[in-house]
Amino acid sequence: MKKKISSSNSIRRATRRWGLFFLGPVTAAFIIGFVWPFVQGIWLSLCRFKTIKGAQFIGLDNYAKAFSDVGFRHAFWYTAMFAVVSLVLINVLAFAVAYFLTQGIKGSNLFRTVFFMPNLIGGIVLGYIWSMIFDGILSWWSTSILLESKYGFWGLIILMCWQQIGYMMIIYIAGLQNVPGEMLEAARIDGATRTQTLFKVTIPNVMPSITICMFLSLTNGFKLFDQNLALTGGQPFIIQPGGTTIKTTEMLALNIFNTFNASGGSSQGVAQAKAVIFFVLVAGLGLCQLGYTRKKEVQQ
Amino acid sequence: MKKGKKILALVLSAAMALTLLASCGGDSKTPSGSKTPSGSNPSGGNSSSETGRVYWLNFKPELDETAQELAQTYTQKTGVPVQVITAASGTYQQTLTAEMDKSAPPTLFVIGNTAGVADWGDYAIDLTGTAIANELNTDAYNLYDDAGKLVSIGYCYECYGIIVNPDLVEQAGHKMDEIKDFASLKAVVEDIHARAGELGFDAFTSCDMDDSSSWRFTGHMANLEYFYEQKDDPWTECPATITGAYMDNFKNLYDLCINNSLTAPTDLATGGHDAAQEFKDGKAAFTVQGSWEYAGYAEAVPNATMIPYYCGVAGEEKAGLNCGTENCWAVNANVSEADQKATIDFMVWLVSDPDASAKMVEQLGILPYKNAVESSNGFLADAAEYTANGCYVMPWVTNYQPNVDEYRRGLVAALNQYNADQSAGNWENVRTAFVDGWAVQYQNVNG
Repeated sequence: MKKKISSSNSIRRATRRWGLFFLGPVTAAFIIGFVWPFVQGIWLSLCRFKTIKGAQFIGLDNYAKAFSDVGFRHAFWYTAMFAVVSLVLINVLAFAVAYFLTQGIKGSNLFRTVFFMPNLIGGIVLGYIWSMIFDGILSWWSTSILLESKYGFWGLIILMCWQQIGYMMIIYIAGLQNVPGEMLEAARIDGATRTQTLFKVTIPNVMPSITICMFLSLTNGFKLFDQNLALTGGQPFIIQPGGTTIKTTEMLALNIFNTFNASGGSSQGVAQAKAVIFFVLVAGLGLCQLGYTRKKEVQQ
Repeated sequence: MKKGKKILALVLSAAMALTLLASCGGDSKTPSGSKTPSGSNPSGGNSSSETGRVYWLNFKPELDETAQELAQTYTQKTGVPVQVITAASGTYQQTLTAEMDKSAPPTLFVIGNTAGVADWGDYAIDLTGTAIANELNTDAYNLYDDAGKLVSIGYCYECYGIIVNPDLVEQAGHKMDEIKDFASLKAVVEDIHARAGELGFDAFTSCDMDDSSSWRFTGHMANLEYFYEQKDDPWTECPATITGAYMDNFKNLYDLCINNSLTAPTDLATGGHDAAQEFKDGKAAFTVQGSWEYAGYAEAVPNATMIPYYCGVAGEEKAGLNCGTENCWAVNANVSEADQKATIDFMVWLVSDPDASAKMVEQLGILPYKNAVESSNGFLADAAEYTANGCYVMPWVTNYQPNVDEYRRGLVAALNQYNADQSAGNWENVRTAFVDGWAVQYQNVNG
C-alpha cells in the first residue's frame, strides 16, 4: 500500500516536472499553426496589402467596405438560410437512419458502411458529379442547375444531406447504443409506447450526440466552400441595371474567396475583413448553439 | 533499467519535437498542378549562392513538361539551380500571390496584361536595356507601367480565330474561298448544320460555358467587340467605360456558333463536352480556338486552317486573325541581384539556344526574339499570310478587361440565361454584363 502511494506521488512529481516539456511541441504547433496566423489575419484586415510583407495599415476602411458590399450581405442571408435548412434535414434524417439501423435489422453493418461512404469523397469532386446528375435530370425540362436559384439551393441541400447524413449517423449510432438497456426496459414495463420511449427516454439520452452533430452541421453549413464552388459557383447571377451583379447562390466562404482573388489593391484587405467577420459569426453561433443544447443534456 | 527508460523517453520526445519543428520550417507546399522541382537545390534557399537561383512560376500548364525538361538541361549545363512550378489552369493569380510572400519567391513570373501591371508592376524590375530585352525583335508585346518602366516582355505570341477543317467544308459541297465575310460564313455554317444528319458532321463544335471553355467566348470572341470599338482611336490603357457599339456583331457570331453546333444551346451551362476532341474526330467543321492548340489539331486534321472572326462589320473582308499574347515575363525586383542576373541569363538561353528555343517554339508558336528558331505553327503562318495580304491584325484588346475573372463570370452567367432562352430581354442582360459590367469592375479595381 505504502509502495503504491509513493509510486503515485513520484508520477505526480514527474508529471509536474515534465508536463510543460511534453506540452511544448503541441503548444508550439498550435501557436504556429493557429494563434499566429489568426493574429496576423486580424492585423491584415486593418491593412491594404498585396503580399503580407507589403501591408500598410489603413484602419477600419476594409470593414466599412465589407459591410457595404451588397453581395456579402446577400451571401450572409443565403448562407444562414442554407445552414438552418441543412442542419434540420441532416440531423433529422441522420437520426432516423441511425435509429433504424440500431433496431437489429439484417445487414445493418453493410448499410452503415454504404451510408458512410459518400463522406469519403472530396467536396469538389462531389460538386462536379452532382452538377452532372442534376443537369442530366433538369435537361428534360431544358433547364440547368445554373439557371434557377432555387435549383441551386435545393441541389446543394441534397448534396450536403447525401454527404453528411452518413457521418452524423455514425455519431448517433454511438449515442443510441449507449442508451441504458434498463431504462428502455423500464419504459416498456411501464407501458410506454414506441413514440413515448423515443421522445421521453431515447432522445434525452442521446442529447450529447445531438449537441455535437448540430454543432458540426451548423458550422459545416456556414463554412461550406468546395461544394458551393463546384456545384454552382454562385450562378445564376442577377444582373442589375448599372452592371452590378448579385450571385444568387454564393455563400460566405466563396464570397470571401472571390473577393480575395479580385484585382485591385484593396480587395485582399476587404476579403480579410470579411474573413474576420465570418469567424466571429461562426464562432458566436456555434457557441450559442453548444450552450443551448448542452442545457438539454441529461446525466445518466 | 529505470534510468534507461527515462533516457529513451527523453530522446524520443526530443526527436518528436525536432520533427515537428523541422516540418514547420521545411519547404512549403507546392501549389496545385505543379511538378517536382528540378535542379540540385530545388528549394533554392534565400538566394544564397553566388551563381544565384532561378524560380520560374509558369503560367501555361501546357508548357509545364517542356519547361521542366529545359530547366533540368540548363542546370546540368551551368550548375545554376532552376525550379519550375506551374500554376493550375485559372489559378495563376492565386498561386502568384501565395508564392510572392515566401522567403524564396519566384524570380521569373508572368505579368500578362494591364491589370497585372497595376497589381504586380511594383514587384518587377525595369527590363529596359537588359540582355533579354536586347534579344527581342519587336517591342509590340511588351508591357510598360505609367512611368514608362518596362515591366514585362513578351516571350511568345499567339493568335486565335475560327479553326476550320477544309476537308469537311468541301465534303459539304462548299469551298474555303467562299468564306469571305460574315454573310458567306453564315451561309456555309447554316447549310452544314441543316444537313448535319445527312453529312455525318455538324458545323461548330460544342460551345460549353463551363470554366474550361467559356473563355473562348468571354475572353476571345469578346475581343472582336473591343477591337472594333477602339479601332479608330486605340486604347492605350483600360478605359473606365465602354460603349458596346459592336455588340450586335458579337451577337451575330456568337449566335451562329451556339445555334449551329453539335450541342443544343440549352445544354451548354455545365459543359461536359470536349470541343477539341469533337474537332479532331471530324464531328464538326468549325471551332473557335487558338494557335497554341496547333500541334494537337494538325495531327488529326493536317490541313486545319484558321480564319478571322467574321461578324458583319463593314470592310471585314480585310480582317486578319487576333494576334497578341498574355505571356509576358517579369523579373522579381525583391530578389538578390545574383538571382536576377541568373534569371535573365536563363531567359536569354531559352530564347537563343538552338535546342531550347526549338522546344519553346514547338510549344508556344512564335518567339519574338532575334536568335530563336523559326516556328512551324500553321495557324501563326495563316496569321502572317493575312497580314502579308494587307489584312488588318486584330490585337488582343481583350487584355484590358478589368478585374478579368469577375467580369467574365458575370458574362458567363448572363450568357447562360441567354442560351437557355434567346429572348431580347436576356440579350439585354448580356449587354448589361458586357458594357455596364466593365464600368463596375473598373470602379472595383480603381475606385
